[in-house]
Amino acid sequence: MAAFSAVKIPPPQFTTVRSSSQRPGSSPAHFAHSPSAFNSISFGSAKSVRSRPLFAVSSDVVSSDKTKPASSSSSNPAVTREVALELYEDMVLGRAFEDMCAQMYYRGKMFGFVHLYNGQEAVSTGFIKLLNQSDKVVSTYRDHVHALSKGVPSREVMAELFGKATGCCRGQGGSMHMFSAAHNVLGGFAFIGEGIPVATGAAFSAKYHHEVLKQSKPEGLDVTLAFFGDGTCNNGQFFECLNMAQLWKLPIIFVVENNLWAIGMSHLRATSDPEIWKKGPAFGMPGVHVDGMDVLKVREVAQEAIARARRGEGPTLVECETYRFRGHSLADPDELRKPDEKAHYAARDPIIALKKYIIEHGLASESELKSIDKKIDDVVEDAVEFADSSPLPPRTQLLENVFADPKGFGIGPDGKYRCEDPLFTQGTAQV
Amino acid sequence: MASLQMAALLSAPSTPVTSDRVRLGPLRLSASSSSAARNGGALVVRSEAKVSGGGVSARGLSLITHAVAEKAAAASSADSKPGHELLLFEALREGLDEEMERDPTVCVMGEDVGHYGGSYKVTKGLATKYGDLRVLDTPIAENSFTGMGIGSAMTGLRPVVEGMNMGFLLLAYNQISNNCGMLHYTSGGQFKIPIVIRGPGGVGRQLGAEHSQRLESYFQSIPGLQMVACSTPYNAKGLMKAAIRSENPVVLFEHVLLYNLKERIPDEEYVLSLEEAEMVRPGEHVTILTYSRMRYHVMQAAKTLVNKGYDPEVIDIRSLKPFDLYTIGNSIKKTHRVLIVEECMRTGGIGASLRSAIIDNFWDYLDAPILCLSSQDVPTPYAGTLENWTVVQPEQIVAAVEQLCK
Repeated sequence: MAAFSAVKIPPPQFTTVRSSSQRPGSSPAHFAHSPSAFNSISFGSAKSVRSRPLFAVSSDVVSSDKTKPASSSSSNPAVTREVALELYEDMVLGRAFEDMCAQMYYRGKMFGFVHLYNGQEAVSTGFIKLLNQSDKVVSTYRDHVHALSKGVPSREVMAELFGKATGCCRGQGGSMHMFSAAHNVLGGFAFIGEGIPVATGAAFSAKYHHEVLKQSKPEGLDVTLAFFGDGTCNNGQFFECLNMAQLWKLPIIFVVENNLWAIGMSHLRATSDPEIWKKGPAFGMPGVHVDGMDVLKVREVAQEAIARARRGEGPTLVECETYRFRGHSLADPDELRKPDEKAHYAARDPIIALKKYIIEHGLASESELKSIDKKIDDVVEDAVEFADSSPLPPRTQLLENVFADPKGFGIGPDGKYRCEDPLFTQGTAQV
Repeated sequence: MASLQMAALLSAPSTPVTSDRVRLGPLRLSASSSSAARNGGALVVRSEAKVSGGGVSARGLSLITHAVAEKAAAASSADSKPGHELLLFEALREGLDEEMERDPTVCVMGEDVGHYGGSYKVTKGLATKYGDLRVLDTPIAENSFTGMGIGSAMTGLRPVVEGMNMGFLLLAYNQISNNCGMLHYTSGGQFKIPIVIRGPGGVGRQLGAEHSQRLESYFQSIPGLQMVACSTPYNAKGLMKAAIRSENPVVLFEHVLLYNLKERIPDEEYVLSLEEAEMVRPGEHVTILTYSRMRYHVMQAAKTLVNKGYDPEVIDIRSLKPFDLYTIGNSIKKTHRVLIVEECMRTGGIGASLRSAIIDNFWDYLDAPILCLSSQDVPTPYAGTLENWTVVQPEQIVAAVEQLCK
């Protein structure tokens, strides 16, 4: 589109400005837009918000010699070959898996609300690949890729989406409730914002284990990541948890996946001050804004934030500018987003960007990357086959797991606990 | 009448439930009641002496005697020591203290629970003893700190969340309904939520509408939640301990007006069963089912009724969800007449559920329609006279029994 091509969106430049120090009053001058600048949501206009360079300011991360954007070809790659390939593989897995979900949904293999993560892979990969097994991840309904990045096998996630008994939640959770105790994925929540207090609780638990139970680890506190979107940042639970996390210096990182849209509500129409990172310093914690389409930048910010949390220095609020290539869910006709906005972000596809980076820096060859693509395709196909051939949950499963202690179903008229009733184990008891 | 105490013994806390299989905690015997050590053994008081064939008791508990706890009478048992007297809020504190000492993962969260000692002094002194992290003073953010309790319960702690007044937990309804009740199920059994949510509720002395709410009716439909209501120092301590030890999320309803009740309770450690009802006064003519503060109105009415020649059987149902249909059923099979007295509102209250449960299960045993006396469906007025007429008074109970037994 001619009108759009005239607008050049400069890549975020690193500066050494500390926008997000422990001194809450010191926000840098170049973010001081007047509120009227946000009235127009027309993306093509040069005066719109997104056309101003949003500096990816990482509070303590950026050292002064990193003045060039990461995409420029230099002989000093930011990551090793192993790490680069790991990141690439994880993002490709996320993308291929979600694409397969869409296919399966339209073929009638999965139902209900399915929210796909296409386009946002850099955030999940950038953060979660830095975590240990015992660190926790809490997500929202857009949780498939968070679960995959944390290590939940694709087979289990796909089977869960198909509603089979072999799913990670035995088919009882579904797309919006991915849980894994083995991989410390604490969900999977359908209401926005309700996962944030749960994440705060997990972080509190980590601090409690260290201080009260004296179960300390050499690497430091277990970190909890809470992922949520721009719409959630107007919700009370977000603010209440920012307060409590900073108050008690909990090892939690609040990761905002700001993809500008909450179903059909533009972030700019819903939020008085759309710069979410600023809300961190308001509570006394660092607030960082990062380009969420660039996995290496996200990883850099994540490294610092995670290190802070492990040392017990408290929480960080990280706003990732990102975009979802598909609609809010597979049922969303996605009519409100302008094509030029979509095209702009499609050009910043994180997987393509990383691929280009890897090849330019000679970290791997094109054929190696292609073989990773093929490998992931096989993994996803295998996941679908596994899910297809898995059994549906039997009736006997209906009443299991309602209570951790099934005595909670009470004492029946005959004096036995209801869960001892033979019909109970067949799932036909009326409780 | 003589009231004796029955004790069965657990030798150790029940083993944790593994993630994807339904398992019932094993009950093991210990030698005798006098050997119950503070840390290892505990007394479990069962309310029904009969050992039925397929019952829980058949699993090997040796039931010693009946359990009847009358509200003011000292429970004298041949084995137990004289016991000590305390007020209900102190009994709650004692139970909480014992559990916190026994298990370092038990912690308390709530507004003013730490330095202030709790708005009704239930947690007084605990912060000094256990530290500010174990007895956490939270900011005023019910939804979030209840969610925080749930998150920490999922990751290995056993929090006790206090609502300063039960009514404040309406703000936490999102977390209680969606996460507390449901997460064990939606995670396919992978995460358990051994949380206790407690606080004072009910109609007090002219506290106004918003501080006089009865939330048991609002919470009762939430799948996955257990609800108990304490009414005496004895059962307050026992239920507090049972709730903390339970792997399920439990809501423990206390009542603002009952905190200063005094009773003599045993010195030995004891834990009550969460799912059981309590036989307050055996009788023959009519079954009166009640809980929490209304128990005392019922007992007051019972005195009048006895003088008039009636013999009411009074059962404190204690377990609001699930109901102990066994104890209730046995009573109905004996008396054939039921009166429910509750402080909940009429619409959708505990009484309404109890009524339909009784009709479903014991229809053939009923000789008269089930009467249910509940509070009026009005926001509790401030004026003392109006407030009195909102809740059920002993005269109404007497009249209802007379009507039932005509």
